[in-house]
Amino acid sequence: MATEARQVTSAFEAQEAPELDPDLMRRMLENMLLARAVDERMWQMNRAGEAPFAVSGQGHEAAQAGVAAALDTSKDWCVPYYRDITLSLAFGLTAKDLLLAQLARADDPSSGGRQMPNHFSSRKHRILSGSSVIATQIPHAAGIAFAAKARGEDSVTVVCFGEGATSQGDFHEGVNFATIYDLPVIFFCQNNEYAISVPTKLQMGVERVADRAAGYNMPGVRVDGLDAVEVYLVAREAVQRARSGGGPTLIEAMVRRFNPHSSDDDDRTYRPLEELEGLRADGPIRRTAGRLKEMGIIDDAWLEETQRRVRQEVNEATREAEAAPLPDPETFDRHVYFEG
Amino acid sequence: MAEKLLIQAIHDGLDEAMAEDERVVIIGEDVGTRGGVFRVTDGLKEKYGPMRVVDSPLAESLIIGASVGMAANGMIPVPEIQFLDFSTPAMDQIMSEVARMRYRSNGDWGCPMVIRMPYGGGIHGALYHSQSIEAIYTHVPGLKVVAPIDPYDAKGMLREAIFDPDPVIFLEHKKAYRAIRADVPDEPYTVPIGKAKTLREGRDLTIISYGAYLYEALRAADEFVEEQGGSIEVLDLRSLKPLDSEAILNSVMKTGKALIVHEANRFGGIGGEIAAIIAEEAFAYLDGPVMRLTSPDVPAMPYSPPLEQAFLITKDDIRAAIERLSAF
Amino acid sequence: MAETQQATTIRMPKLGESVTEGTIAGWLKQVGDRVERYDPMVEVVTDKVNAEVPAPVSGTLVEILSQEGDVVPVGEPICIIDTGEGEAATPPAPAADDEPADRTVVMSAAKIDELQPSSQMLYDRSSGDESVSTNGKPADREAAIARAREERDELALLRIRSSPLVRRLAEEHDIDLSTIEGTGIGGRVTRADIEAYLAQPAPARPAEPEIPAEPAPQPAPAPTAPPPSQPAAQAQIEVWPGDEVIEASVIRRQIADHMVRSVTTAPHVTVWMEVDMSAVVAWREARKEAFRQREGFSLTYVPLVLSAVVGALQAHPRVNAVWDNGRIILRKAINVGIAVALEDGLIVPVVKNADEKNITGLARAVNDLVERARDGKLTPDDVSGGTFTLNNPGTLGSVASTPIIVQPQAAILSMEAIVKRPVVIDDMIGARPMMNLSLSVDHRLLDGLAATRFLADVKSRLETFNPGD
Repeated sequence: MATEARQVTSAFEAQEAPELDPDLMRRMLENMLLARAVDERMWQMNRAGEAPFAVSGQGHEAAQAGVAAALDTSKDWCVPYYRDITLSLAFGLTAKDLLLAQLARADDPSSGGRQMPNHFSSRKHRILSGSSVIATQIPHAAGIAFAAKARGEDSVTVVCFGEGATSQGDFHEGVNFATIYDLPVIFFCQNNEYAISVPTKLQMGVERVADRAAGYNMPGVRVDGLDAVEVYLVAREAVQRARSGGGPTLIEAMVRRFNPHSSDDDDRTYRPLEELEGLRADGPIRRTAGRLKEMGIIDDAWLEETQRRVRQEVNEATREAEAAPLPDPETFDRHVYFEG
Repeated sequence: MAEKLLIQAIHDGLDEAMAEDERVVIIGEDVGTRGGVFRVTDGLKEKYGPMRVVDSPLAESLIIGASVGMAANGMIPVPEIQFLDFSTPAMDQIMSEVARMRYRSNGDWGCPMVIRMPYGGGIHGALYHSQSIEAIYTHVPGLKVVAPIDPYDAKGMLREAIFDPDPVIFLEHKKAYRAIRADVPDEPYTVPIGKAKTLREGRDLTIISYGAYLYEALRAADEFVEEQGGSIEVLDLRSLKPLDSEAILNSVMKTGKALIVHEANRFGGIGGEIAAIIAEEAFAYLDGPVMRLTSPDVPAMPYSPPLEQAFLITKDDIRAAIERLSAF
Repeated sequence: MAETQQATTIRMPKLGESVTEGTIAGWLKQVGDRVERYDPMVEVVTDKVNAEVPAPVSGTLVEILSQEGDVVPVGEPICIIDTGEGEAATPPAPAADDEPADRTVVMSAAKIDELQPSSQMLYDRSSGDESVSTNGKPADREAAIARAREERDELALLRIRSSPLVRRLAEEHDIDLSTIEGTGIGGRVTRADIEAYLAQPAPARPAEPEIPAEPAPQPAPAPTAPPPSQPAAQAQIEVWPGDEVIEASVIRRQIADHMVRSVTTAPHVTVWMEVDMSAVVAWREARKEAFRQREGFSLTYVPLVLSAVVGALQAHPRVNAVWDNGRIILRKAINVGIAVALEDGLIVPVVKNADEKNITGLARAVNDLVERARDGKLTPDDVSGGTFTLNNPGTLGSVASTPIIVQPQAAILSMEAIVKRPVVIDDMIGARPMMNLSLSVDHRLLDGLAATRFLADVKSRLETFNPGD
C-alpha cells in the first residue's frame, strides 16, 4: 500500500475558513456513529451464527456521511452499492430496516428478504434497488439524472461504487452519457484500494481514479475520505455544479477497508499482517470527531451521549428485527410481474 | 383507417403514444436525426425534440441501463436496440436489472419500458444482422416478449406494451417491415399481450407459428387443403411470453396434430416449450407426434446466397412437413 | 444475584456450512464474570476458521463445561450462563473510535467447500446409455436415435397402440383396434379410420354391444334409456347466420367426454323417494347457531344427509362398489364425492373415509373441499378415489333429477330441494318439510331391489335423525 499515492490536497485548507453549519456537521457525525454501530451489530450476528452473510462498510463512514451532508435528501436520488450503510441511513432507511434485511425478514423494506443484505432500496426515499452485479447501477444513475434534467428539475443523483467498478464497461458508458448531456450526477468512488483481493495497481493503468475524469472532460477530484468535513466541502462544490446545470463530477474518496471484503473472505490471505494491524490506527470516526472537536462543534460529552444513544437504537432495532416474522413461503412467487 | 405497412403501423403507434403522454421517451442509436436505420422513428425528433427522441452513443448497455434509471424516475422509455443481434452487450442490464427490478424490491420498484428490436433474416444480413434469439429472453422470468407481424396487431400491441407496467421486448421482423400491409385504424386501440390469433380454422391439423414464416405456413396450408381437402388450423402466436397456452391446447385438442414452425434455431427454441406443454396437457388428444419445423442448429445465417438459401425454410419445406404429419 | 437462577446452556455454534466440531483455544471470560450479549467469550479453532465466539445472551458465566484443548462437536454444551433476574447496569457504550474491542475474522467454511470439487463426478460418463451420448453434432444425434430405435419395433408398436387419441376413442366406443383397417403410418389406425368405422350403419359393426331397455320392478321408476352410441366429436352441425360459435374450454370438453362415457357404458336406472325431513330440520335448528359460532361456517344439510348416506353404504356394501367387465369390486373405503358447481362446469372433490367422521368432521371436510374447489385449489388427490357421489341440485330448486354416475362408481344420489308440503299423517293433513332423493344406479350390478332398499335405508335414517353430537 503506497502511502504517497494517497496524498490529497486538503479542501479545508484550500478554502480559508469555510462556512460550516454546526448542526449539519453534528448530524453528519451522528450518521457515522449510527452506521458504525449497525455495521458492527451485523458482523456480530454473522459471527454468532445468526446471519449467514454480512458485508461491512467500516472505514467508509466519513466518505458517505460527507457526501450525504452536501445533498438534499428530500429530493435528491441515491444509487448505492453494497458498502453504503452510512449513505442509506442518511437517505432515510433506519437501523431496524437494515437489520430486518440482515435477518431476511418479511418486513425488510429493501427486498422483503429476497436479496442478500446490503442491497438497499426504498422508492419512498429515492434509493434505487440494485443487484449484486458490479457497476450496472452507474448507467441507472445517469438515466435518473437525465429524466430530472428533461423535466427541468434540479435534483441531483449520487451513485457510489468502489474503485474496482471503474474497470467495468458500464462505468465508462454511464459516465460518457452523463458528460454528453451535462447530467446532474455525482459519481462517487470510494477507493479502499482492494477489489476483494486485487490491489489498485493490478486494477487500473492510471494512478488515481480521479485521473479518469479528464478523459471525459469532466472535473475529477481526489479527497481524503477519512475526514467527513473534507468530503463535505468537495461534495458541496460538486452538488452546486450539478444543480446549476454544470454537469457531473467524479469524486474519488480515499478510504480504508477495515474488514475483509465480506464475511466469506479472509483478507489475511492477501494483505500483509503489518498493514492489517495498523489499519485502524487512522480511521473516519477518529479523524472526523477530532476535526469537529478542534472546531468546537462537538465535545466529549456530546460524543459519549450520542454514542450511547445510537447503541441503544441498535439494540432496540436488534430486538425488533429478531422478533419480526420471516417471509411467508406462499409469497415466494409474487411480484414477478405487476400485480395491480 | 388506412392500409399501412408494418413499419408505418409501428411508427404511428410511437407517434400516437408520445403525443398523448409526455413520459414516453425514445432512446437508441440513430433514432433521432436519421429517423432510425430502418426509418421507423422518422420525423419524431423534429416533432418531440432531442430530449424525447434521444440519439444515444454507441453503447447498448448504456441504452438499457439509462432506460432503467429513466423508468425509475417517472419516464416510460422505449429504447431501441438496432438489431436483436446487438442486444448481447445489453443482456446483463436486461436480465439482471430490467427483468428483476420488481421482484427483487418485493414490488416497490417496477421497470416499465418497451425494448424494440428488429430481428430475423433472409435479407442478406449475414451472421450479425439476422438472428432470432428470442428464446433467450422468454427464458427469463420478469420479461414479456411479443412478436406481432400483422400491422394491425403491431400498432395495438405496441400501445399495450408502452402502458404495461412491466418490461416488454417488442420484436419487429425486419423482412416484414415493408412487405406486409393491413388495415390499421388511426385512432388508439389495443391488442392484448398473451393472446394468439387464429388465421385459419380447421379440424385436421394445427400449425403454430409466428414471424415471417407464419405467412409461408399459411400459403403451404392453403395449398395443401386446396389439393387434398380437409382443413388446417393456423395460429399466429403474436405473443411469446406470456404464451397463449389455452389457444394452443384448444386447437390441438380439436385436431390432434400439431406442427410448430419458427425461424429460431431448433435446440432450445420456443417450439420445444410449446411441444412440452402439448405433451403434458393434451396427451390423450394426440393423434400424431408434435412436430417442429425450424431453422437448423447453425449460426443464423450465412451470407452467400446458396448458403443463406440452405438455411432458410421455404413454403415447400412446410408443405412437406404438413404432408408427413397428415399421413401419420 | 437474584433468587431465581435461570441457567442457560451455551452450545458450540456452527461456524460454517460443513463444520462439525471446534477446539476450544482459550476462554476470554472466567467463571463469575458478567457477560453482555455479543461480548467475545471464547476463542474457537476449526478446520477453516479461528473465531471469537460471542455470548448469545447476557448474564453471569457460572460454569465452564469445555476446557481449553477440548474438541467439542457442534451443538454440544460449552458453558452455562445465568441470565438471572438482576440485570447489571447498562454498560457504558464503547468510546467513539475506530479501534473496536476485537477484530476477528470468521471465514465461512461454506464458501471454501463450494469451491472444492465434490468427490463424486458431476456426471459419470461410463454409466448411462452410451448409445444416446453424443458430442453434440446433429449427425451424431440422429445416429444415436436410430440406434435406440433399432432395438424396438416401432412400427409394430404403432400398429398395436396407435396414438393416445385413437386408444381413447377405441375404449370409449368399445372397439377392438385389431379389427379395424389402419391407413396411418405402418398400418396404424388413425382417428379418421375410427370415425369412418363408426359412421358405418349398425349391422356392419359386430362389436357394438346391445343395450337393453329393461322395465324396472317397482315402484315405477323410469329407466333412462341411454342414447345410441354416437360417433365422438366429429358432428358437423350447420352454423346459421347470427349464430354464435363458442369453442368449448378444456374443462367443458373433459366433462362432456366423461358424461358420454358414463352413460354409454353404464345402463342408468333412476329411483326417487320422498323423505320427511322434520327430524333433520329440528336437529339442525337446535344446533346451527352454536355450530356457526364454534366453527366459523354454516352447518348445511349436506353433511347431515351425507352421514345418513354413509350409514346406508355401510349396510349395503353392494352400492359402494363398481362393475369391472364381469367382476364386481366391493370397495372397503367409503369415499363420498360431493359435486360442486363452478362457473363453467362442475368438479367432484371427495370426502375420504367418510365413515370415520362424525357430523362435525363431515361438515368440516365438505366445507373445506367446497371452498378450495371454488378457489381452484384442489389437488389431484382431492378429486380421485371416490366410491359414491352425493349431488345437491336442491339448493338451486330442483325437486327431481336423473343424475349421471361419476365413473368408476356404481351409483349417485341427488338431494333435492326441501319444500314444505301438505302430507297425510294419521289420516289428517299436516305440513312437513319434504325432500326428494334421486338415486341413479348402474344396472349391470344393481337391480331395482338393491337400489330401492338402499334408498329406503337412507330415507329411514333421515326420518329418524338423531345422531350423537
